[in-house]
Amino acid sequence: MLKTITCICCPKGCLVTLDTENPEETIKGFSCPQGREYAIRELTCPMRTISTTVEIKGGLHPRIPVKTKGDIPKEKIFEVMEEINKVSVTSPVKCGDVLIENVLGTGIDVVACRDM
Amino acid sequence: MYYDLVVVGGGPAGLAAAEEAKRNGAGSVLIIERDKELGGILNQCIHSGFGLHVFKEQLSGPEYAQRFIDRLEGTGIEVKTDTMVLGITPEKSIYAISEAEGYMKIDAGAIVLAMGCRERTRGAIAIPGERPSGIFTAGTAQRYINMEGYMVGKKVLILGSGDIGLIMARRMTLEGAEVKAVVELMPYSNGLKRNIAQCLDDYGIPLYLSHTVTDIKGENGRLSKVIVSEVNGYDPIPGTEIEFDVDTLLLSVGLVPENELTRSAGIEIDKRTNGAVVNEDMMTSIEGIFACGNVLHVHDLVDFVTHESERAGKAAAEYLKAKKAGEKEEAEEPINLINGDFVGYTVPQKVTVSKVDKFIEVLFRVRAVLKNANVVVKCGDTVLMSKNHEQMLPAEMEKLIIPKKMLEMANGKDIEICVVKEGE
Amino acid sequence: MVYDVAVIGAGIIGCGVARELSRYNCKTVLIEKENDVAMGTTRANSAIIHAGYDPEPGTLMAKYNVPGNKMAEDICRELDVPFRRCGSFVLAFDENDMKTVKRLYEKGVENGVPDMKILDGDEVRKMEPNVSAECVGALYAPSAGIVNPWEMALAMGEQAVDNGVDLELCYEVTGIRKENGNFIISGKGKEDIEAKFVVNAAGVYSDTVANMVGDHSFTIDSSRGQYYLLDKSQGELFDHVMFQCPGPLGKGVLVAPTVHGNLIVGPDANPGSEKNDVSTDRNGLNHVMTASRKTTSAVNFRECIRNFAGLRSEPSTKDFIVGFSEADDHFMNVAGIKSPGLSAAPAIAADVADMLLKAGVPSEKKAEFKGGHKHLRFKELSDEEKAAAIKKNPAYGRVICRCETITEGEIVDALHGTIVPRTLDGIKRRCNAGMGRCQSGFCGPRVLDIIARELNMDPVDVLLDKEGSYILTGKTEKGECR
Repeated sequence: MLKTITCICCPKGCLVTLDTENPEETIKGFSCPQGREYAIRELTCPMRTISTTVEIKGGLHPRIPVKTKGDIPKEKIFEVMEEINKVSVTSPVKCGDVLIENVLGTGIDVVACRDM
Repeated sequence: MYYDLVVVGGGPAGLAAAEEAKRNGAGSVLIIERDKELGGILNQCIHSGFGLHVFKEQLSGPEYAQRFIDRLEGTGIEVKTDTMVLGITPEKSIYAISEAEGYMKIDAGAIVLAMGCRERTRGAIAIPGERPSGIFTAGTAQRYINMEGYMVGKKVLILGSGDIGLIMARRMTLEGAEVKAVVELMPYSNGLKRNIAQCLDDYGIPLYLSHTVTDIKGENGRLSKVIVSEVNGYDPIPGTEIEFDVDTLLLSVGLVPENELTRSAGIEIDKRTNGAVVNEDMMTSIEGIFACGNVLHVHDLVDFVTHESERAGKAAAEYLKAKKAGEKEEAEEPINLINGDFVGYTVPQKVTVSKVDKFIEVLFRVRAVLKNANVVVKCGDTVLMSKNHEQMLPAEMEKLIIPKKMLEMANGKDIEICVVKEGE
Repeated sequence: MVYDVAVIGAGIIGCGVARELSRYNCKTVLIEKENDVAMGTTRANSAIIHAGYDPEPGTLMAKYNVPGNKMAEDICRELDVPFRRCGSFVLAFDENDMKTVKRLYEKGVENGVPDMKILDGDEVRKMEPNVSAECVGALYAPSAGIVNPWEMALAMGEQAVDNGVDLELCYEVTGIRKENGNFIISGKGKEDIEAKFVVNAAGVYSDTVANMVGDHSFTIDSSRGQYYLLDKSQGELFDHVMFQCPGPLGKGVLVAPTVHGNLIVGPDANPGSEKNDVSTDRNGLNHVMTASRKTTSAVNFRECIRNFAGLRSEPSTKDFIVGFSEADDHFMNVAGIKSPGLSAAPAIAADVADMLLKAGVPSEKKAEFKGGHKHLRFKELSDEEKAAAIKKNPAYGRVICRCETITEGEIVDALHGTIVPRTLDGIKRRCNAGMGRCQSGFCGPRVLDIIARELNMDPVDVLLDKEGSYILTGKTEKGECR
């Protein structure tokens, strides 16, 4: 089956087409290696990074932005959100501090996105 | 109080301009920021996707800002946060207030305007209906959710498919709200394709193109229903109404450069960009006052803001150096860049050819979706250059490099930038 | 506790009557169904103090307009309410219109309107260069003015409360009965209120309230009128209030500056509207825009910052209804206060108080009558005054509403006023935060924060406007829907 995938690797948003039966051979429309890789992985195991916030005590704001440091399986997005929502931190926090290690066994850490 | 350079606004534009000016020997530099912290709107843009051009990696908004804030350390650039500029004079005096320092008059050798933009509101597009609570601009909702930690609703409709609208569709979904649809007046989305994929398609949120909100109903003070109709051009088509039971409507219906200070200084404004008219150095109609970032024209990507602001910062430093050396500006009259067919605006609007180094970078937007078309630079009937583009969208800013040689060929006459469809 | 007077409705009339009564040693209660004063017609109208040439001589409208116009300026000065006697034009576009202008002039003379003039088109354009070339002449009335109507009502309400009037907000009157010669007023979920006299100033609902005492002598139709409010960039297009001649096709729309420096254009007329319907509609707004083009083509409607609609009372009697009811001589109607109601309000209030005192309300003057509050309006201060204000209170050094340059100090002042606002719109009405071009997009979250902090409220309980108009649904981490 022929599939069209919008690449999300950069703002360009290439439309990559490929045959699900034979993706490696039929893939076209990408303009960089990451795009090629993204589209093929999208067929088997779509991955996303997520950004959200966690509660922070004693900070300039009540919430501090965080993100998964790498891609997590798309199907686990809401479970990871729940995990992140359980966390509360106390100021000071530095940009890049790991707030959750290996979230839900994905091998990916949740990190702070700013100093606060 | 005197500073060689005062930068008004401590968001991405102001930070980049201040740092680049300092690097280029601007002398004493002050950033004035009205909020309690630097970073501007990036602080609430917690999603990823910033920095691919500038840092070659995908950063969230706060991370992108943090890089610039960290770089300030040791530069000697001074910062006044929680400080509001009330007025700017053509003589480059700045009036500002803060809790900490009271009422201030600050004289500047040069000024960079980097105040950013604001969101268009319901009133600006005259959406009819009742006036219940639950109607927010997307950025206001973003602030409540990402910075204050409060949700603004449970069942949501979003008007406008610009990137902020799309990003907020995903954000509200992640926080447990049900986003019923994104509605777009135009027959195409104004957002990046990747945002349609990762913010709408990932979560099964439908996008209604060529539709708009035609009525709003409330119940007990809160929004309860939004009526959406298909449009023919801009006119709703009777009989196409769709009712959405929602308690929240987010508006992502455009951004407007915030130029009240610019106007108060008497700086010439371009009606097309709603920003100042600038030359190739990002200098406005008042010598020594520069503008960059979203206060000049609304950008799609912060990376481009940074790039443009660095140009402004560098030019401000050069201006200050020349002024100190007592060099007199002796240049010919600038030529105008005229907007031809399909070109909505250009930045800069003016160029002093003799002062151009090797080339100028012109940013512009087209006014329609154009496939397989040529961007043409003309002087009168003479085509100076022409470049083919597979596709151009109003939502995406285009960049055009014009070599100095081409500018010189115009011989002091204005040049026109237009788009010609292939085969015409 | 038995009140001498219960005033139902805290709009411009109710607040004015309560203020007049608060000069005397009588006990007054002001009852309002909404969560703030000035929540009905008073907050959504053209904001004009009419000169008084419009009403037919002999009507109550004519009787109260000219004196009310004079009193409005004094009250606004006393209570620090924005008012400007800017003058008005009624524009004529053909010979028929000129006949109307002449007739209005004659009525004005009879009603006692001072200093009117009939001008030709060129004279008009000399004073107002943006008036259309089609204009052939106008009636000029220099005594017309513009005002901030909700601030005027609020200031009068606050002065009344400062002088001993009780204010009952969120009290929707559901019934009035008589016991032992006194009125017993009952409200939804509220304790009964007992009073010897009742003043019915319930706006578009005043017929419903009159019915409660068996008075069926009038009905009130409500006519919805829609407006554009434009950015300050358009505010300098006109110095005067620009009316069009009323003609067979309607009253025409006005174009006028506001006391805040904006421009207002409207209204249309939609008789038979629901009494709670303040919605706008596409056709009506388009009509207003098109109709205004007759006056001027200079208005850039892309600079619109807000549309709104207000309800005007249209009484079945075609005139103001001011006086004791046939049904009960202790029940006074002040109803059907249509245009020029705002202009007439001060004179009506004084007259109503007078009638009540004559009818037996204790008429001994209070030893001390407290004056109005002065407001610090940071934006209007000189450089030196600004510096001094921040020195005295650093909160005047933090701008919260950037479009209108409203400081935290001014918002805190409003939150500690006599009638405490608990909503974003309540703050907007008191100190203009959120009135500007971004319509509180920027300052909304910050004002909400300040309200919660100063009044010790949970941010989730801070409302936008009327009861039920919640803004936030809860904290993010709760993720209630999932």
